[in-house]
Amino acid sequence: MSVIEARALVKSYGELNAVDGIDFDVAPGESFGLLGPNGAGKSTTMRMIGGTSLRTSGTLTVLGLDPETHGPEVRANLGVVPQQDNLDTELRCRENLITYGRYFGLPRSYLRGRADDLLAFAQLTDKADEKVDNLSGGMKRRLTIARGLINEPRILLLDEPTTGLDPQARHILWDRLFRLKEEGVTLVVTTHFMDEAEQLCDRLVVMDHGKIVAEGSPAQLIRRYSTREVLEVRFGSDRNAAVVAQLDGVAERIEVLPDRVLLYSADGEATLEQVTSRGLQPITSLVRRSSLEDVFLRLTGRSLID
Amino acid sequence: MSAPASRTLSGLYAGNVRAVLERGFKVIGNQNWTIVVSGFFEPVFYLLAMGYGLGGLVGTVTGPGGAEMSYVAFIAPALLATSAMNGAIYDSTWNVFFKMRFGRIYEAMLSTSLGPLDVAAGEIAMALFRGLLYACAFLGVMGVLGIATSWWALAMVPVAVLIALGFAAVGMAVTSWFTTFQQMDLINIVLLPMFLFSATLFPIGVYPQAVQWFIQALPLWHGVELMRQLSIGAFTDATWLHLGYFVVMSVAGVAFCTLRLRALFLR
Repeated sequence: MSVIEARALVKSYGELNAVDGIDFDVAPGESFGLLGPNGAGKSTTMRMIGGTSLRTSGTLTVLGLDPETHGPEVRANLGVVPQQDNLDTELRCRENLITYGRYFGLPRSYLRGRADDLLAFAQLTDKADEKVDNLSGGMKRRLTIARGLINEPRILLLDEPTTGLDPQARHILWDRLFRLKEEGVTLVVTTHFMDEAEQLCDRLVVMDHGKIVAEGSPAQLIRRYSTREVLEVRFGSDRNAAVVAQLDGVAERIEVLPDRVLLYSADGEATLEQVTSRGLQPITSLVRRSSLEDVFLRLTGRSLID
Repeated sequence: MSAPASRTLSGLYAGNVRAVLERGFKVIGNQNWTIVVSGFFEPVFYLLAMGYGLGGLVGTVTGPGGAEMSYVAFIAPALLATSAMNGAIYDSTWNVFFKMRFGRIYEAMLSTSLGPLDVAAGEIAMALFRGLLYACAFLGVMGVLGIATSWWALAMVPVAVLIALGFAAVGMAVTSWFTTFQQMDLINIVLLPMFLFSATLFPIGVYPQAVQWFIQALPLWHGVELMRQLSIGAFTDATWLHLGYFVVMSVAGVAFCTLRLRALFLR
């Protein structure tokens, strides 16, 4: 049975449909992603799952319950990691975990041990009595995740977990999330980073303008909507558009972005040879594997990060 | 909306106000004693400066029931009412504003099992605690100075809590609309004149009738009158009216506040 089930889910703000009739299921233990640009409706969907946003129409069940009518019960089994950290800056690190656990009505005796375990998990044991404001961005994020785990949730909701973190901090965070996955925690992740979605998600839906435009595993989506490889060439921003006419037929598909041209083919090196054989000399060229970024570009005609 | 109306009414309360209070006391224990202390001294300074400084020039004033009382005894109960108001207002406006707009404390609380009603009740209770602290401390000062002359004066403490409840509930509901610091300044623009003109520092008889009516419509005047009567144990027919004013203000304020929190957090 699915732990989350959404059918024809709609959320409107006035005229705007922030979420516009989406269907999805999340299986227990799965790591499920909502991928899309800012404003695609990912965070709104997350809030509806937590019962803090009321849906306009459609049905939604979380662990078999409607989060609107059973908000406290549903949230007792959820861990929520919001897009912006909302740690309690008037409390110290360890107090943050214990106080948050008290909001779930958990006994203090249990929370003391649990808080210590989670501080160790978040690699923050030596920061237990530190003020929250003195933590780095990555540490705050890990503390927020630790806090979201205080009630041993069956589902952890992560809204843009690594936005604003440096690469090293992101990798530490991903490592922690992998461990949770191994322990069988269901993860629901929103992100606008394709590398993050590829790293973390077993399965994902691509959202755009409140609608789901594709669904599958990262590998499936790439196979279905892109080629194996991509050749990126730059001719200089004023020439990129002009040379496209001369590139006709060298690749399965061509995308022209303001700063570069993307040529989709099974063999990027061979494509590059064809390009140069037509007398074109790109300033730079790069052959890489297709990513979810390419899938998104194909599906929406826009790149993921504007 | 096609959904049944009952849907939006459920899931608001989890019966765990206690956790919100624990958080409040923990924070006070961590750092906020300085604010508690400064809030206590303000009315004491007024009492000393106005009561003894200005009071020497004034002599006696006609108090409730026509009793002559010293100027310092006249303004002390009014300052106690004001103190309860200020304590409650501090917690329910500036504190709430910060937690709502910047600290995002309520957002975090509401992603747990807590419902908006737990949070509202807990925060209002914290405001009452502050009002209670100020009232007890100020009553102690009045006792030391010998200006509380009746055992009724002890009843000023629970009445201060009632005054605090009225102001805290209304203050929190109003704050829920504010999004900028400029808007928050409106609170002071309303409270300061209300303090100065609500028959706190001189009898209401100095005003023309029309102004008196206006003052009598404001909550602080009722609080001041009530406290002044309690301080010497002299009551009038209007005593119940003053009490009733705060009961109505409190009930309406709490209802209003719950509606606002629901609108804000269950979007």
